[in-house]
Amino acid sequence: MKTLAKSAARSATKYALGALCGLMLGTASVQAAEGVKLPEQDWSFDGVLGLFDRAQLQRGLQVYREVCAGCHGLRYIAFRNLADLQYNEDQIKAIASEAIIVDGPDDEGEMFEREGRLPDYFPSPFANDKAAAASNNGAVPPDLSLMAKARFGGADYIHALLTGYEEAPADFEVLEGLSYNAYFPGHQIAMAQPLDDDAVEYADGTEASLDQMARDVAAFLTWTAEPKLEARKTAGIWVILFFLFVTGVTYASKKKIWADLHKDDGSKE
Amino acid sequence: MNWKAMISGTVEWIDYRLPIFTFMNHELTEYPTPRNLSYWWNFGSLAGIALVIMIATGIMLAMQYTPHVDHAFDSVERIMRDVNSGWLLRYLHSNGGSFFFIVVYIHILRGLYYGSYKKPREILWILGVVILILMMATAFMGYVLPWGQMSFWAATVITNLFSAVPIIGEAIVTWLWGGFSVDNPTLNRFFALHYLLPFVLVGVIFVHLWALHRFGSNNPLGIDAKGPQDKIPFHPYYTIKDSFGLAVFLVVYLGFVFFAPNYMGHPDNYIPANPLSTPPHIVPEWYFLPYYAILRAIDFNFLWIVPAKLGGVILMFGSIMILFLLPWLDRSPVRSARFRPIYKWFFWLFFLDCLILGWIGANSPDGNFHGIPFLLIGQLATLYYFGHFLVVIPAISLLERPKPLPTSISQPVLQGGGATAGAGAKPMEKA
Repeated sequence: MKTLAKSAARSATKYALGALCGLMLGTASVQAAEGVKLPEQDWSFDGVLGLFDRAQLQRGLQVYREVCAGCHGLRYIAFRNLADLQYNEDQIKAIASEAIIVDGPDDEGEMFEREGRLPDYFPSPFANDKAAAASNNGAVPPDLSLMAKARFGGADYIHALLTGYEEAPADFEVLEGLSYNAYFPGHQIAMAQPLDDDAVEYADGTEASLDQMARDVAAFLTWTAEPKLEARKTAGIWVILFFLFVTGVTYASKKKIWADLHKDDGSKE
Repeated sequence: MNWKAMISGTVEWIDYRLPIFTFMNHELTEYPTPRNLSYWWNFGSLAGIALVIMIATGIMLAMQYTPHVDHAFDSVERIMRDVNSGWLLRYLHSNGGSFFFIVVYIHILRGLYYGSYKKPREILWILGVVILILMMATAFMGYVLPWGQMSFWAATVITNLFSAVPIIGEAIVTWLWGGFSVDNPTLNRFFALHYLLPFVLVGVIFVHLWALHRFGSNNPLGIDAKGPQDKIPFHPYYTIKDSFGLAVFLVVYLGFVFFAPNYMGHPDNYIPANPLSTPPHIVPEWYFLPYYAILRAIDFNFLWIVPAKLGGVILMFGSIMILFLLPWLDRSPVRSARFRPIYKWFFWLFFLDCLILGWIGANSPDGNFHGIPFLLIGQLATLYYFGHFLVVIPAISLLERPKPLPTSISQPVLQGGGATAGAGAKPMEKA
C-alpha cells in the first residue's frame, strides 16, 4: 500500500513545481496602474533560460544616449559596466570620453570639467532636481536606472509607454503642456513623445522604427535595472537541479529509514 | 594512539563537566516523538532554518548597508550591483522574509487544526504567538531599511497608528520617530532593532522548544502517547523526514530567489523614498495584508467613545492578541479536528476568511467586487475573524459531539484507520 508520506511528498512536489511553472510562463496579463492592460511583448530575457540580446542592448544604449539622456539620468550605471554589453575597452573609453564630468575641487579649490573615464557614472543631465524641473515645465524627469523594476509590467510598460502616444479621445481634455498617453497612469504625461520613426540611425543598420527603438531601450533599461540577471539565472538552473537531486536523495533515504517502521505496523504511517 | 578513543575520551571529559553532549543526545537524537506525525509537522523545524538563513544573510548584508536616509537606497543598489554575490544575499533575504512567514503561517494553521494549543501546551502556544509578534515587528522594520517609497510610506502609516492612542498618542509617535517625521533617526533605530530582534527571537524560540520538549509534539490524532510503542526516536526518523522537507522547501524558495526575485515585492520600493510624493496605493507586504484589511474595516466611531482610527488600531492588534486567549476559548477536550466534525468546517471557513482579508487588504477600500464594496466585504470578514474566536469556537466546543477517539496512536495505525478505530473509546481524552 502506498504510504501517506509518498502521496504527501508527491503533492508537495507537485505544488512546488506548479508554483515554479506558473512563474516561468509568466502571468497571463500584466496590469498597469488604472487597470489599463499592457500589451505583452516577447523579450529575449523572458523565462527561465532567457538572457539578454547583446546587439539589442547596444542599440538600446544608443537610443538612451541620443534621445533619453537629454533629460533622464542613469545614475547607477558606470561606464565600466558597459563591458557587460560586449564593448571592448577602447569602445567604452570612447563612449566615456564623450561625457563631461564635473570633478574637483582641484588644488586651487576650484571644480573643473574633464572627460569621462571608466569608473565614472553616467552624468546627470541636470545639476539638481530644481534645475530639472525648471527646464521641464515643472516636472522632474526620473532617473531611468531602475525604471524596469520600479513600474508594474517592467519592460512591457516602458515599451507601451513609448509607443502609447496617440490622439486623445474626443471627450478627454488634456491639460496644456501635457501629452495624452494610452498607458501612462491618468493618461496625461509631462514628457512629450520622445521617439518617432528614425529618431536615431542604428550603428548596426537595424531599421529604427518607433516600435524597434522602444523595444531596444526597454531591453536596455531592463539590463540597467537588473545587471545581474544573467548570473542569477544561469546559477539558478544549477542550484535548482542540485536541490532537486537532494530532494530525491533525501526522499529515498526517508523511505528506506522508515521502511522498518511501516513493516511493524502493517502499512499506514 | 587511536583517534576514535581520543575523541570519545575528550567528549566524555567535557560531558562530565558540562553535559552538553548528553543534552543534545537527549533532545535531538533520542527525543521520543509520536510515530504518526504528518508532513504538516515539518514546518516548525523549517521555520527555525528560515530564521537561520535570515540571520546569516542579514549579518552579511548589514556589513554593506548604510542606515542613513541619504545613503540607504544607494547602498542597497551597491549591494545589488558591486558587492560580490550581493544580489544573491539580498534576494535570499528579501524572499526569505516572505518564505519565513509562509512557513510560520502553515505552522500556526497546523496548530489550529490539530488543537496543538490545548492543555498541556498552552504556554508553548503563547510563546508561539510572542514569536509571531516579534517576527512581525522585525519584518516591518526590515522592510523600511531599503528606504524606497513603500518603505518610507509604510513606516509613516504604521507609526502614525499610535497617534490614535488617546491623549498621549502624538507624544508616542514623536518618541517613536525620534523627531517630527519619519526621518534619519527613525531609520537608524529601525536598523538597530532589526538587527537586535532576531536574536531575541532565537531566545524565545529556545524557550518555545523547551516547552515543546516537556510533553513532546502533538500529533494528527491529538491523543497522548500511551507508551513507548507510540513513539519513535527523533533521529533518524524525523531528522531524515525534516531533511527531505527542507530540500523541497529550498527548491521552491530558491526558485523564487533565482527566477522571480521581485515577484512578492512592490515596484514602488525601487523608487527612492520621497516624503513629498505619496504613492497612490500604500500597501504592506503580503503577509500583513489581512491585518491591514482589519485596520481599514473600521470606518465608523464606536459608541461615540472610540474614534474609528483607534477602533481599527485596537482590532488590528487585537487580531493577534486574541490568539493568546485561544487555549481558554476552546473548551473542547478533543484536540484534533479529525474527530471534531463541526470544528473542522469552521477551521476551513476561518482559513478562507483570512484569505479574503488578505485579498481586501491588497485592494483599495473604495473598489468593489461585482457591486459589493470592498469595505463591506472587509467589515464582514473582520466580523467573522473575531466571531470565529469569540463566538464560534466557544460555542462549537460546547455543542459539538466529537467522533470516538482511538485508544492509542499505534492502534489506528495497526488497524489501518483512525476514524473507525476504537468503538469503546471515550469521546474525551483525559488530558
